Amino acid sequence: MIRGQGSGWNRPFGMNAHKRWGATDSRATAAANQSLDPADFKPLPHLDFYRKTTHMRGLHLGKHVPMTDTPALEITDLRKTYANGTVALKGVSLTVQQGDFFALLGPNGAGKSTLIGILSSLVNASGGSAKIFGVSIHEQRSKAMHLIGMVPQEINFNQFEKPFDLCVNQAGFYGIPRAEAMRRAEKYLKELRLWDKAEQPARSLSGGMKRRLMIARAMMNEPKLLILDEPTAGVDIEIRRSMWHFVRGINAAGTTVILTTHYLEEAEQLCRNIAIIDHGSIVEDTSMKNLLSKLDVETFILDTSELPNDLPDVNGITVKRADAHTLEAEMARGHDLNSLFVMLDKRGITVTSMRNKANRLEELFVRLVEKNDDGKENAA
Amino acid sequence: MSSTFTNNMVALKTVVRREIMRIVRIWSQTLIPPAITASLYFIIFGTVVGSHLPPEHGYKYMAYLVPGLVMMQIITNSYSNLTSSFFGAKFQRFVEEMLVSPMPSWVILSGYIIGAMARGLTLGVIVLLISMLFTPLHMAHPLIILTTAMLTSMVFALAGFVNAVFAKKFDDIAIVPSFVLTPLTYLGGVFYSINQLGEPWHSISLVNPILYMVNAFRYGMLGITDIPIWIAYAVMVAFAVLLGGFGLWLLHRGIGMRS
Repeated sequence: MIRGQGSGWNRPFGMNAHKRWGATDSRATAAANQSLDPADFKPLPHLDFYRKTTHMRGLHLGKHVPMTDTPALEITDLRKTYANGTVALKGVSLTVQQGDFFALLGPNGAGKSTLIGILSSLVNASGGSAKIFGVSIHEQRSKAMHLIGMVPQEINFNQFEKPFDLCVNQAGFYGIPRAEAMRRAEKYLKELRLWDKAEQPARSLSGGMKRRLMIARAMMNEPKLLILDEPTAGVDIEIRRSMWHFVRGINAAGTTVILTTHYLEEAEQLCRNIAIIDHGSIVEDTSMKNLLSKLDVETFILDTSELPNDLPDVNGITVKRADAHTLEAEMARGHDLNSLFVMLDKRGITVTSMRNKANRLEELFVRLVEKNDDGKENAA
Repeated sequence: MSSTFTNNMVALKTVVRREIMRIVRIWSQTLIPPAITASLYFIIFGTVVGSHLPPEHGYKYMAYLVPGLVMMQIITNSYSNLTSSFFGAKFQRFVEEMLVSPMPSWVILSGYIIGAMARGLTLGVIVLLISMLFTPLHMAHPLIILTTAMLTSMVFALAGFVNAVFAKKFDDIAIVPSFVLTPLTYLGGVFYSINQLGEPWHSISLVNPILYMVNAFRYGMLGITDIPIWIAYAVMVAFAVLLGGFGLWLLHRGIGMRS
């Protein structure tokens, strides 16, 4: 966002970023603002042309590798065993297509950070291969690293340096001349609403600002693949939503995004495809739409007037009394709620509000991980 | 010129600039204390004690002392600059900025080495300027002065890098300077000629690499030395090559940095 255009926190960062980067088609904007099935996300003709020709215009999308149908990320049988014997990855294979917004989820210790560490060359793999846009991170590390932008989970910048210097230096590490680096630093610090903090020591920034600074820093080499490792951890919802908007914008402009997060609603809202990793193995790799369609049962929570102790089951709905004023109703997806309301009405119970018990993706995530744990226990 | 070479040069300049900005940003820690220490040495050892000592190789003790004190500052500052800067980057994890970038290992290492040399040589010049308040400046062989100062600075910057790579806590970067570097410097002919030592101390002193550096530098300034100058160069080049190779290997393997 250009300085002076709207200053309230309700105004997202870089609201028009995707437009400034070339994706002016309304469908691209729509793609940026809602979760879509991969089938819905066919490359827009002019956006595709834009991707193919940006290298000629000196922009970031086609920088070193010509646009082809090569996956943005292709991981084959990636394995990692640490020196202490911990097996972190047990032959992970994964493909992320160009332009995707991909969620990589998993419980703590599942292997997400190891996987990202290998991609960013901070962790040495024990076996297998990984290619970024067809470039092997092991055989052509330098070329592969030019294509990646990394936002790590933990703050990893020099807290005594200024945001502007941090960004300019980051660009320098990628061989970007200083004049261009300074131009990009201004652009991304403005996009992420940090321009007024550009000359203050980074340690004086708030937690949310530090997270945004790491995104700005990761954008300095204008990567084709941006990896965000829990970028919104500890950030309030308002800033989180603004960050989502920024990342959606760069995704709509053609940058492939891989997101890991513990906020499952974040993954559900942003990502088109998803992989779930647990105990070092991929337990699910599908589109968000397919995954969510697997959820066959829904639970609603109803806030009510005082409930009696005995509640009859309604046909097809399991009703449980959570407390004196809260009712849980579990039913198959698509089952009508009318019979429940009729029963409650007959008993003189008033419903004051109603909501889903849990986030849909969260419910699936827990089931998949639990199923994986059960399988392991049975096997043992 | 290939784009890879151009990119690497931009990256190298960036690392060097960052290192130099760090030295300037904390000038009260990096530049002032060594200058004060050197001044105290000149006053106490040069003026107070030195005035009672006989000439060394025909030079007043103060003039004899200058090359040793210059080298002492070059050695300690080159070493400590790299240990504190690189270990700080590891400790705060911003070394990852460089490790995930396309920069090859030699660029990272060279950037840190040049930064450390900038501090070491700057302090060397500062001490030389301070010495001029006490004694006339001698420049018998300017090229030897320059090459010895640069090689010594590089060797100890590389040694500091190795220390920083293996250090896991701040104590680890303080142990080597306190228990190894300072004793070796003091016993390396900074304050005296080893010809004054009897056996076995004379022979033991020849094992100390700092002796060769100090003597080469003293030869550059005063034209006097306790050891053949070619041996001094051989020692400095050998250490530079060995430590440089080891440093590159450590970076390439990511020892102490990558999992």
